[in-house]
Order: sequence, then C-alpha cells, then structure tokens
Amino acid sequence: MLGKIWAVFRKDLLIELRTKDSLNAMLFFGIVVLVIFNFALESVRDSIRAAVPGVLWVAFAFSGTLGLNRMFASEKENSSLQGLLMLPIDRGVIYLGKMLAATVFMLITEVVIFVFSLVFFNLTVWREIPYLALVFFVGTLGFSAVGSLLSAISVNTKMREVLLPLILFPVILPILINAVEATNIILNTVDYRALKLPLTIMSVFTIVFGTLAYLLFEYVLED
Amino acid sequence: MIEVQGLAKYFGRFSALRDLHLKLEKGEFIALFGRNGAGKTTLLRILAGLSRPSSGSVVIHASNALSPQAARGLMGYLSHSTALYADLTAHENLRFYARLLDLPCGDIDIEKQIERVGLAGRGREPVRNYSRGMQQRLAIARAFLHDPEILLLDEPFTGLDQAGTDFLKKYLADARARGRTCLMAIHDAPLGYEVADRLVVIEKGVVALDVPKQSLSLGEFQTRYRALSEER
Repeated sequence: MLGKIWAVFRKDLLIELRTKDSLNAMLFFGIVVLVIFNFALESVRDSIRAAVPGVLWVAFAFSGTLGLNRMFASEKENSSLQGLLMLPIDRGVIYLGKMLAATVFMLITEVVIFVFSLVFFNLTVWREIPYLALVFFVGTLGFSAVGSLLSAISVNTKMREVLLPLILFPVILPILINAVEATNIILNTVDYRALKLPLTIMSVFTIVFGTLAYLLFEYVLED
Repeated sequence: MIEVQGLAKYFGRFSALRDLHLKLEKGEFIALFGRNGAGKTTLLRILAGLSRPSSGSVVIHASNALSPQAARGLMGYLSHSTALYADLTAHENLRFYARLLDLPCGDIDIEKQIERVGLAGRGREPVRNYSRGMQQRLAIARAFLHDPEILLLDEPFTGLDQAGTDFLKKYLADARARGRTCLMAIHDAPLGYEVADRLVVIEKGVVALDVPKQSLSLGEFQTRYRALSEER
C-alpha cells in the first residue's frame, strides 16, 4: 500500500515540477498577501510580532486553497481520474497520495513565504525555527487532510474555484485558530509549554478528519 | 460472464437506462449500437464500476459472483478520454499505472508495452506532444496493461487513422482469440459488424435488438438499425 501511495505522490510531484502550475500561483499569491499586510501594518511597526501569526496563516491558507483547487485539475484533463478509479486499489490510496502531495507543495510555499515575512517584517527568529516548523507541519497536515477531500468534492462542480473556499474555511477554522495561537505563543511568549493545547487540538483534528476523509473518499468519487 | 438484470439509471428525471437486461458469455464479443444519448456509455460505466445503477443488478461471474466494484481487476475500460497525464511521458504514464496494478514496471517491461501499441522510440516524449491517434494507442496500452478478462470499449476507433484502426482491429482479434470477453459501444455499423460476433442495439435505455451476427447480413442489420432509430 505504501508503494502505491508513493506512486500517486510521485506522479503529482513530477507533474508539478514539470508544469509548476500550482507552486507559481501559490507563491505569487502568498507573497502578494505579505506585501499588502506590510503596507497595512506600517503604523503598528513597533508591535508587528503580534500581527505576524495571523498574517502568516492568512497567506498560508489562501495560497494553500489555490493549490488545492489545482490538485485535481490534472486528473480532470483527459479524465485521468476515471483511469485511476478503474484500478483495483483502495480509494484511500489515492486520497493519501494526493494529501501527501498537497502537504509537500504547501510546506514548500510556506518556507518561501516565511522567509519573505522575515524580510518584510524585520524579524529575527533563529531560536524559534524548530517550534515554528512543528506548528507549520501539523497545521498544514490538518489543512491538507480536510482540503484534499473537499477538493475532490468540488472538482466535479461548475463553480469549483468558488465552492472550495466556501466549504473549506468553515471546516478548517479549528486548525487555523489553533495554528495562529501556537505561532503567537512561539513568537510572542517565552513559555512554550502553552503550545501543548493548540498542538493537541490540531493533531486530534487531523487524525479524526484524516480518518473520516480516508473512509469517505470512495463515495465522494462515485456518481 | 456478465449478467445484467433490470438495470435502470436516472439522472434527475432523465432515465438513461430503463429495465435493461443483457447477458454476456465468456469469450463473446458484443458490438453495442445506439444513437447519441441511447444509454451506451452509461451502461459501460456501470459495468466498469464507475457508476452505481439506480435499480437492477450487475453480476460478474468469475471464480465467484462479484459486483463490478469488486471485479475491477478483471476489467479494462477504454473510454472517449485517454485517461493519460499529458505532462508525463508514455513511459511515466505506463509505469505509474503498472505500479498501482502491481505489475512489473522495469524499463524493459514498459518498453515492451509501448512497442506492442506501435509507439517504439516515442516512449520518452511527453504525451502532450502526441497526435490524437498516438494518444489513443497509448490509452489502449494503459487500459489493458493488466491483460484483463473483460474489455469494455467506448467508441475506441474515434480519432484513429487507417493504420490505427487496423492496429486496433488486430488487437481486438488477438484478445478474442485469447478468450477475452468484449463489449464495445460503436456508431460505425460496418466496423462494429466486422469485429463483433453479436450485435446489440440500445434505444432509449432498453435493448431494442440483440442478435448473433450470423443471423443478419450487414445490409439487413443496417436496415433494422435505421428502422429502430427512426421509429423511436
């Protein structure tokens, strides 16, 4: 099963590295968000660290949604999804492969957006980087666990670009709130023990919704 | 091999199939005719396990009775679309499907499959650069990579030039010689008549004609087919 998940992941990675359709759009959008906030928050430059967690996760979430919208696009061209559905494999394999690819694309984008944010907001965060990496990883995993399922639901609709954010953000809110909270604890406090609660909530959310999505994926893809 | 009983499929108020009965024996080759919207593709998609019927049943008789969803490994489905990834090469496409099917996927194994459909020397090019006919050849290799027992084909000759048509006819003749069961939706009556050994016409979601090829000449079949299309 792991080999098949890897095959789906590798295929998506190969297509993305060749076309760069998603990554370019995600990066561009994320950096534009940072530029806008950089000007908007000019008046509160002294307390910018308090605003950065929210700014970062807005950029991550919006650019991630763009990536999720593109996620099943390559499967629609030439009806490749139909070819996948004809295979005698667990539908969960397709879900996990796609989710893994979405997570990796988002993490790549987040690293670049984060580096830009250090420059725009003049931050120094060397000591905090391992903690931030953990929060970014858990938050992104939760985001893509739900997003991959909802992307598969919206891909067959006419208004998929509009529909995905509409159904994604209400569901993903617990992840986003706790990710902002955790990032805020790292950047603006010294007591990292407080990270336990938001990280636990995000992990439980990811496991519960990831399992549900894995089990429901077959029904989502049928007509 | 395949038993379809009382099959119906509704899309809202529109009934694509209505109480359709059909039985395919192992090794049979059926050409499925019908106007656009008659229900051919819907029937093939249900048999392929890609769509669930609104009512009725489909049973695939293999070592035991299976639903289409459980019998996916026994079937290969070639539809209007190629189901290929345009940004991957032919090699990468076939290797991806071979991995998911647990088939050997070394360079030599994949090259053999590419040669089999007449694309030798072009396997390292992105599929996007292929002509429609070349893509259809590769789609044949993809759909039937695992040498399935049952071949479901939806207008497989679409977009093929004369050489491609000859290739597919030979490919289907080989499959039939190896005892494979084929159900092929097709509009071209002479071509369907040539390759099949049983002729089925679907009109408005029901079987309107089901005869062995030997019982009718091509001319007689075309007359009956035309009459059925006009009277409904």
